[in-house]
Amino acid sequence: MKVLYTYRFLILRRLSQFLVLFLLAAGNWFGWQIMKGNLSSGELLGSVKLSDPYAVLQMLATGFWVGTDILVSAIIVLAFYTLLSGRMFCSWVCPMNPVSDFARWLRPALGIEKSTLSVSKSFRYWLLGLSLVLSVISGVAAFEAISPIGFLHRQVVFAAGFGWAIVLIVFFFDLGILKNGWCGFLCPLGSFYAVVGNFGVLKVKHEKGKCTLCNKCFQVCPEPQVLGIIGKENGFIKNGECTNCARCIEVCDDKALGFSLRIKRNKNNGDDS
Amino acid sequence: MSKSSKISRRKLLGNLPKGLATLGLGGLFWGSLVKETSAESLVLRPPGALPEKDFLKACLKCGQCVEACPYDTLKLAPAAADNLAGTPYFEPRAIPCYMCTDFPCIKKCPSEALSEKEITIDGEASINNSKMGLAVVHKESCIAYEGIHCSACYRACPLMGEAIQLIFDKNEVTQKHANLKPVVNGDICTGCGLCEHACIMEESAIKVLPPHVIEGKAGTHYIKSWDPADENRLTDIPETKKKEDVESTLDYLNDDNLLDDE
Amino acid sequence: MESNVSRRKFLKYSAATAAATAIGVHLPETIQAAGALVEAGWKWDKAVCRFCGTGCGLMVATRNDKIVAVKGDPLAPVNRGLNCIKGYFNAKIMYGEDRLKTPLLRVDENGNFSKTGKFKPVSWKRAFDEMEMQIRKTLKELGPTGLGVFGSGQYTIMEGYAMVKLMKAGFRSNNLDPNARHCMASAVAGFMQTFGIDEPSGNYDDIEITDTIVCWGANMAEMHPILWSRATDNRISNPDRVKVVNLSTYRNRTSDLADIEIIFKPNTDLAIWNYLAHEIVYNHPEAIDQDFVNKYTRFATGFVDIGYGLRGNANHKNYTEKEKEITGVEVSKKLSKAEGESLAYLGYKEGDTLEMKHTAAAGAHWGISFAEFKKALKPYTLDFVAEVSKGDESEPLEAYKAKLKQLADLYIEKQRTLVSFWTMGMNQHTRGTWVNEQAYMVHFLLGKQAKPGNGAFSLTGQPSACGTAREVGTFAHRLPADMVVNNPAHRKRSEEIWKLPDGTLNPKVGSHVMQIHRDIEDGKIKFVWINVNNPYQNTANANHWLRAARELDNFIVCSEGYPGISAKVSDLILPSAMIFEKWGAYGNAERRTQHWKQQVTPVGDAMPDIWQYVELAKRFKLRDVWGAQEIPGLEGGLPDVLPEISKLGYNPNSTLYDVLFASDYAKSFEWPAEVGKDTLNTEAEGDKRNVLGADGEAWKGYGFFIQKYLWEEYRLFGLGHGHDLAEFEAYHKARGLRWPVVDGKETLWRFNSKYDVYAQKENTGDFAFYGNKGSAIGSGTLTGPNDSMEKTDMDNRAKIFFRPYMDPPEMPDKEYPLWLCTGRVLEHWHSGTMTMRVPELYRAVPEALCYMHPEDATKFGMTQGELIWVESRRGKVKAHIETRGRNRVPQGLIYVPWFDEKVFINKLCLDATCPISKQTDFKKCAVKIYKTS
Repeated sequence: MKVLYTYRFLILRRLSQFLVLFLLAAGNWFGWQIMKGNLSSGELLGSVKLSDPYAVLQMLATGFWVGTDILVSAIIVLAFYTLLSGRMFCSWVCPMNPVSDFARWLRPALGIEKSTLSVSKSFRYWLLGLSLVLSVISGVAAFEAISPIGFLHRQVVFAAGFGWAIVLIVFFFDLGILKNGWCGFLCPLGSFYAVVGNFGVLKVKHEKGKCTLCNKCFQVCPEPQVLGIIGKENGFIKNGECTNCARCIEVCDDKALGFSLRIKRNKNNGDDS
Repeated sequence: MSKSSKISRRKLLGNLPKGLATLGLGGLFWGSLVKETSAESLVLRPPGALPEKDFLKACLKCGQCVEACPYDTLKLAPAAADNLAGTPYFEPRAIPCYMCTDFPCIKKCPSEALSEKEITIDGEASINNSKMGLAVVHKESCIAYEGIHCSACYRACPLMGEAIQLIFDKNEVTQKHANLKPVVNGDICTGCGLCEHACIMEESAIKVLPPHVIEGKAGTHYIKSWDPADENRLTDIPETKKKEDVESTLDYLNDDNLLDDE
Repeated sequence: MESNVSRRKFLKYSAATAAATAIGVHLPETIQAAGALVEAGWKWDKAVCRFCGTGCGLMVATRNDKIVAVKGDPLAPVNRGLNCIKGYFNAKIMYGEDRLKTPLLRVDENGNFSKTGKFKPVSWKRAFDEMEMQIRKTLKELGPTGLGVFGSGQYTIMEGYAMVKLMKAGFRSNNLDPNARHCMASAVAGFMQTFGIDEPSGNYDDIEITDTIVCWGANMAEMHPILWSRATDNRISNPDRVKVVNLSTYRNRTSDLADIEIIFKPNTDLAIWNYLAHEIVYNHPEAIDQDFVNKYTRFATGFVDIGYGLRGNANHKNYTEKEKEITGVEVSKKLSKAEGESLAYLGYKEGDTLEMKHTAAAGAHWGISFAEFKKALKPYTLDFVAEVSKGDESEPLEAYKAKLKQLADLYIEKQRTLVSFWTMGMNQHTRGTWVNEQAYMVHFLLGKQAKPGNGAFSLTGQPSACGTAREVGTFAHRLPADMVVNNPAHRKRSEEIWKLPDGTLNPKVGSHVMQIHRDIEDGKIKFVWINVNNPYQNTANANHWLRAARELDNFIVCSEGYPGISAKVSDLILPSAMIFEKWGAYGNAERRTQHWKQQVTPVGDAMPDIWQYVELAKRFKLRDVWGAQEIPGLEGGLPDVLPEISKLGYNPNSTLYDVLFASDYAKSFEWPAEVGKDTLNTEAEGDKRNVLGADGEAWKGYGFFIQKYLWEEYRLFGLGHGHDLAEFEAYHKARGLRWPVVDGKETLWRFNSKYDVYAQKENTGDFAFYGNKGSAIGSGTLTGPNDSMEKTDMDNRAKIFFRPYMDPPEMPDKEYPLWLCTGRVLEHWHSGTMTMRVPELYRAVPEALCYMHPEDATKFGMTQGELIWVESRRGKVKAHIETRGRNRVPQGLIYVPWFDEKVFINKLCLDATCPISKQTDFKKCAVKIYKTS
């Protein structure tokens, strides 16, 4: 039971990831009405239309007027993730997350410590920008054309073929070349949600007083750069790159970390330094 | 962006060339991938699909059309496919489009990549107006062209007698049988592929291809006198300036090269 | 052979050959494979297409004892090297993955037969042991009539002949009836009543010669594709002269070529024929060929209160309440408005009750005067007939009338030659015999019969409906060569040829197909053998018969190539050799008989049907079957003929094999034989498999040429009787010959002295309908025969029947608002056991669809492609709606083909038959449709 408690968020996240994918797949294979479509666009309970706001943004960039229906469906999702802090998608829904987590978990086990590539943490925002530029130039939603996430969920939900191969490439990239490489450095969807996450409401809150500076949170965090305030000041982990995976909350023996709502009152939640 | 990042400005500046180089290379590679996948594909799209270019812009690859298809006709393209991966398509030899009169696939499309407008003529949406593809008979391998009484494609056609017609001519070998030859009317063919599916040849002798692969186009320099509507093509010819080349004309005329050198 | 064809045609044919030569087309003159292929172990030999009644010639290529390819036989006159797509796949039909290869018996866990057991492979010996035991049991309990055989129009001629001999001479049971009963019986009855002899007077050459092709309930475009491409050629080669008319209850592919399409209400073809006659007799008497009519015909009519071929007991215990709503018509019916007019000549009017008093004498008829005949036709004016028969609500009445008038004009036009073709539309009809006779009526009045390019021509469905089912006499009432069991002279002649004691043959007509099913349900038949047939899929009202087969105490044996519905409901399945795995012969619709040789060894332990019949004959001794036998309905039963057998050289312990199949005469046909050089013959010499046979020993053959023997003995029946067939060898040289073959010459137009030596012999002028020679006809008035008057000699004349319009027994009403019509598709052969196993044909048409008018679909709230229930008073099936495609039905009618066992449409059909021919009407019954969800 203790284990269950210790890994309560991890278990919930895996459950959530599995459930979303399962319900989508069941929508296709068994005709269940709970969730239809896939993570790009779909229908909830046969009534609420939902779309990936980043995909819709790319569509707009191609110069295609998407229509109000789909705009609304994307705004609903955008609003939802703004409320939850954007990258909660990454750690609670995205099917690439277990792949990435698995590779990261395997690294020490296989004695792979070093990354053979060093990439700036800001690189992903350039890629995000690039994806939009390429969308404008090519007239095709550029990231959607190559997205491993799309390949993976289409593979699972629609058996679209070769999705596994792409996922494997990402896995080995993460494992052998760059630690947490895909999710932490490249994925433009993650970057998009990171931007959104800056305005997020559900956030991890740190109480400096309880912190014993054990550093466990740094060890488990996939995006340790967001933990700048640990041991230094009270407050929220405001950086949108935080995925709300809650691994830090789980490992913190001091109860110095926990979820809390950040209700924005005034402008002082901008720059924190 | 990335205001919260702890990287100092200097470090950022120092890394900039490297970053830009990586970004540039990556961008080139990425761009080429996207370009390849967006090349005009040879696959058949669901009914009501926008013209391929717009379709690729609009399609979210959400697969809801696939789910809506009662015949399991539609599939999402695999990741390695040379058409835009993840987009819906169908292979008529495996499962053709059965042309549901209520086109559930179009109705489920969230982004109008499949659009009722595409199959609407005179205010009425009808699956018979769809243009998923165009059937072509390869008459050298079609046995009906040699007198075998087949016409399986003709009878399989939902628009039998219109989209596929039979023409009769004498079988010159037997001299007492007629050949019943299937001929496609490209104006009516919807590209559903029921013909390709039904063809009894080992390889289908009638195949459906995307219309743009087959359709020709007349230049605007000639107007059909027998077709009054043809003149309408002239209305939107862009004005182009022809380059004049006086110099080479003179050069030609002045070049005194007609006489054999002695 | 073509010498009798008109000079114009002859020139055309010669021109064709010349043209072919001129443009360098290769018309191969030899049946041998080209040099290189021989080296590689290939062999080409001629054969016949397995499928329809067209009778296309094939060339079959074998290599390493396997059929590898076929091609159309370029020398075959019917198809000249072409095929339809069924024929195209002949090479694949024997090699389906689930071909039956070993006998299968239902057994319990101890290996004993059990009606409720599961099928397990058994040896041939075990199979025959069980059959013998079951037959003995049945004979003991019920006598010869306890046995029944579902025969076939797809038997080879020799198979059919062997079974006729085994059943009728051996077991003395006439309960042998072929699936041709569902297919051709009305045509046969029409021929017999009109001509006194079976089968068409014309031949396929008429297709090229004629000016007019009128299809009556014959979708030739799909059902006789190769003939249709000949018709199409004639039409397009002579666009100004040749006209094509399609009469049908729905639009089909035959309409593609038609100049006139007439969509009529089911059953009203009866009225339309009479309209044509009315038009001739009343408005165009000058069109009547007086000479022809006066010299070669007599007018006749028959009873109308003859029922609909349902059970006499309308309250049979197995009828459901729903069924009883209809079965009562067999006893009496209320006359409709149309019948009130059409039967007015008998004193009836609308609303009267017609008591069915003559169900037992349905075929009885008598001579009438022309004046009477004319009087009876009086009601069939254009107005009346158009009103009764217009089948498409949306068609304006005036337009429809104009088309009827045009049709009449085509028939009447003096110089115009005209052929009326029909198939199942007119045969599968509760007044099928009548409507066949009406066709001859019109052609006779106009003198357009038995002449090149002129005639009413019945097309057959099956490859040997003519050759075997009819000519060999596998019907319950027949003996070979058009003879019948209830004619003492015919029995005598058959007993002579078969060398049987007088009185061996059973004079009581046996049970026809419908009756065999009903007898099984009533426990009157308990041993059933299914030969080359799928009676449990192809019979109307199937639920009854399926239940009877599975739930009652009986034993059903099914000889089959593939597992189908009939095999599924049987108790013992015998794996049969298929077409090219045996020697055989088929006879097509133009009287052309075509033979082929065994091309390959049968697969697995499959054995030819002849072998199966003959091996069973070994199990029974004369004392088992030729003693006195009780026959229900036959006073005194069958006599004990055992005392007579010693005179014929038999003794009571002689087996049926010794007597029927292995006489000295039989053994005089030696094997090996010249015609069978380098050819397999599983029956005669066994084969490389050494299959363990009926006695448990390796099968080594009979040691004589049994197929040739059967042929030559069968031939004796027809020689000199207008059915002359040539010697066995002749057919292995020619591409089929059209009988009668006299002095080596075919007969192209029968009854016509110019072409038919039999007609010539009678010396009656241009024509002699010699089938009616020596027979006499009573006379009377329209209301009935006058028994006091003397019979008149038929004198080589044919009969012109008057037959009125009557409604079918079941018509759409409030509860069952739609007509259901069933039929076939080009891609599949009958119940689909072969063609559904050819991947290409399966893919082309994988399931039977329910063709429906789009507005009907809308009316019932249904959409194209939707899966719906179709239900009649007798059963229901699910089918997908097709509002487009090959058959465009009018509102109020749906069409479902029957090839697909998953869409078991025969569960819905009414088992009403023509009371004369006993052929079921599969073309009309009433159904309702509703959504499945």
